[in-house]
Amino acid sequence: MPDALALGWRQYRLERKMFWRNPSAAFFNFALPLLFLAGAGAALSGNQHQLNRLVPMIAGMSVMSTTFTALAYNIVFLRERGVLKRIRGTPLPTISYFGGVAANAVTNTALQITIIVLAGRAFFGIGWPLHWAALIVFVVVGVVCFAALGVAFAHAIPNFESTAAYVNAVFLPVVAISFYVFDSSSAPGFVRTIAEALPLKPLIDGLSGAMVTGAGLGSHLDALAVIALWGIFGLYLAIRGFSWEAARS
Amino acid sequence: MRDLHKRYGDYEAVRGIDISVQRGEVFGLLGPNGAGKTTTVEILEGYRTRTSGEVSVLGQDPAKRSIELRRRIGIVLQSGGIYSHITPREALRHWASFYPHPRDVEEVLALSGLQEKADERSRTLSGGQLRRLDFALALVGDPELIFLDEPTTGFDPEARRAAWETVRSLQELGKTILLTTHYLEEAQALADRVAIVKDGRVLAIGPPRELGVGAAHYRVAYRDRDGELVERETDDPTGLLHELTGEALAEGRRLEELSVGRPTLEDVYLELTADA
Repeated sequence: MPDALALGWRQYRLERKMFWRNPSAAFFNFALPLLFLAGAGAALSGNQHQLNRLVPMIAGMSVMSTTFTALAYNIVFLRERGVLKRIRGTPLPTISYFGGVAANAVTNTALQITIIVLAGRAFFGIGWPLHWAALIVFVVVGVVCFAALGVAFAHAIPNFESTAAYVNAVFLPVVAISFYVFDSSSAPGFVRTIAEALPLKPLIDGLSGAMVTGAGLGSHLDALAVIALWGIFGLYLAIRGFSWEAARS
Repeated sequence: MRDLHKRYGDYEAVRGIDISVQRGEVFGLLGPNGAGKTTTVEILEGYRTRTSGEVSVLGQDPAKRSIELRRRIGIVLQSGGIYSHITPREALRHWASFYPHPRDVEEVLALSGLQEKADERSRTLSGGQLRRLDFALALVGDPELIFLDEPTTGFDPEARRAAWETVRSLQELGKTILLTTHYLEEAQALADRVAIVKDGRVLAIGPPRELGVGAAHYRVAYRDRDGELVERETDDPTGLLHELTGEALAEGRRLEELSVGRPTLEDVYLELTADA
């Protein structure tokens, strides 16, 4: 087991190195939510009520893009390129490989949330998070949920060329409906129901409570339950349908 | 392996293959595309599970995918990719860390002829250089048994010779090698023994030289007095040539386009794969 741990660490370091060497991945998974934050934050400057909503929305979106989007891209790319198949033929333990891959995604999420918290405090009139514990719990559960869904979703993507279309077909509508329902109290009932049933809106609720309003874990247990259920569903699909190699043409 | 079968739905890709490869041997699986070579090798590598039959690789069942077994084998896939932004040296160092007794990374870089590209991103490497990296990654763990699936497909002749040299040097180190190929000369050049496979069955098995000795031992071709190209098969080339040259000298003719050949593996292969 210490061996598996050491190999997982090596895999993690390799994943970090590869991440920063790929400028487009670094941009889309990393810089994009931050640019959103900067742009919208500047536009809403002075409107504290709006800023209070914006920051947790961007934080939720960051969790989704650093895990769901990034992993779906990565897994499809590595699968279609034959990298996964090659790794499968080596003595690298599966747990070490996925540990390294997952830790890489978690690092990106942690970095982003840190930047968002710091920016919220420095530029957007939001203090330090009021509930650190709630923030950590929601980020961790959110990461597990969206990472699992990203790996599971990769199974549905037939080739690398169509990855962007598939991922955005999920990512953009989920972000749009979740932002809309979170931000507007006048959203139609059925739209609200859909958004509440998806994992992003509950995550934003939880993050908002932890970062802005001061509502702790206790007042968002239902939100946590929705995210956790999606996470279990995602893990089940991710493991069950996992394919190490491209479908034979 | 004994009586190996693999079925995909209604299609039976492997229909009863019996092969036993000795330690230190270079064994070739030779056959046309779709013969079941890759399926067979991927069962041995642990990528696929068999439908039926017995398989033992270094004394273990590959379907169990034990880490211990994977430490002792090296795999060159027909097409295996690598991270775009990794350099060969980094990849080899990373791969070496998977194995208990890896070979020296610099030595493997030299052996595979990648020193000059050792610090370039893999996406800048040519197809031939990437193939050398495939070899290098399969060798860096110092495996006892190496699987090479179509190792030189798409190579130019020079690159192919270089790959053959690598295989021979592995053989000298006492490694066991199982390679698949649809190039007859490759099987002839490398393999101690060859199994000719078609439609999931073994048609013939033996050293390439012996497989070449079929019904016809020698093949003599020439143009006769009417200018027709004649090809004759014989067990006794000396006698036939004596007869032919004698006639030609007597008639003051040249034996245009005279050639004497041993049947190549290709002849055997064509003979065997032509549906009897």
